[in-house]
Amino acid sequence: MNQRPTSPHIGVYNFSYTMSLSILHRITGVAASVGFFMFAWWLMALASGPAAYATAMQALSSPIAKLLLGGFTFSFIYHFCNGIRHLVWDTGRGLERTQARRSGLFVIIAALLLTGLVLWLGCAALTRGAA
Amino acid sequence: MSLQTPLGRVLGSGAAGQGVAHWWTQRVTSVALIPLTLWFTLSLLGKSLQSYEAMRGWLGQPWVAVFTILLSLTLAWHSWLGVQVVVEDYVHGKAAKTSLLLVSTFLHFAAAVAAVFAVMILAVS
Repeated sequence: MNQRPTSPHIGVYNFSYTMSLSILHRITGVAASVGFFMFAWWLMALASGPAAYATAMQALSSPIAKLLLGGFTFSFIYHFCNGIRHLVWDTGRGLERTQARRSGLFVIIAALLLTGLVLWLGCAALTRGAA
Repeated sequence: MSLQTPLGRVLGSGAAGQGVAHWWTQRVTSVALIPLTLWFTLSLLGKSLQSYEAMRGWLGQPWVAVFTILLSLTLAWHSWLGVQVVVEDYVHGKAAKTSLLLVSTFLHFAAAVAAVFAVMILAVS
């Protein structure tokens, strides 16, 4: 390559936590996609009858599945909150550095609190009515 | 001097041969997903998830079925577009990129059809 000028890329910027939030949006988006495939599988199990549904719920109660479900829950909620932040940006608002840092912090705190809340309510929904 | 053709300038298309449809569809589906996912999650958290009868009875109701199908299709669409962007940005090499995009497309369509089919079975049987 010759010495033609290139546009500034990731490597030239000082690190700030808003960068991690940006890449986390993509990571959680891909994780939520896997969660969607699991959702379709769960619906198919329900449509297949009581035995298939019981087997599916049994599979979902293993420790690894619970860890995955917790991860999907956080991924989905973070992607939801940060997605709203992106939609606000699309209107041209909140793009100043201090604003973007403040909204990023808000999204992380909101996502963690909401994940805790949903997991707590989810555990209640899982044990409700169980014999 | 621009090397863009007058037609290309009018259509607003760059090298990709298309305009902002992908970007815009991603936004439209994300806006639709806000109420759909909120409704579904909040409803689900109030149910007895272990009870086959309870889940089937809920998802089989006509309006619940309609909105669950809408949720499934919008999720599949949004996820398909999003995974496409991630693959295009991070997977280099034409063979690997094209293969992964094909797999993603097939998986998303299969999951969307499965979800819709499952809800319809619950609703009509």
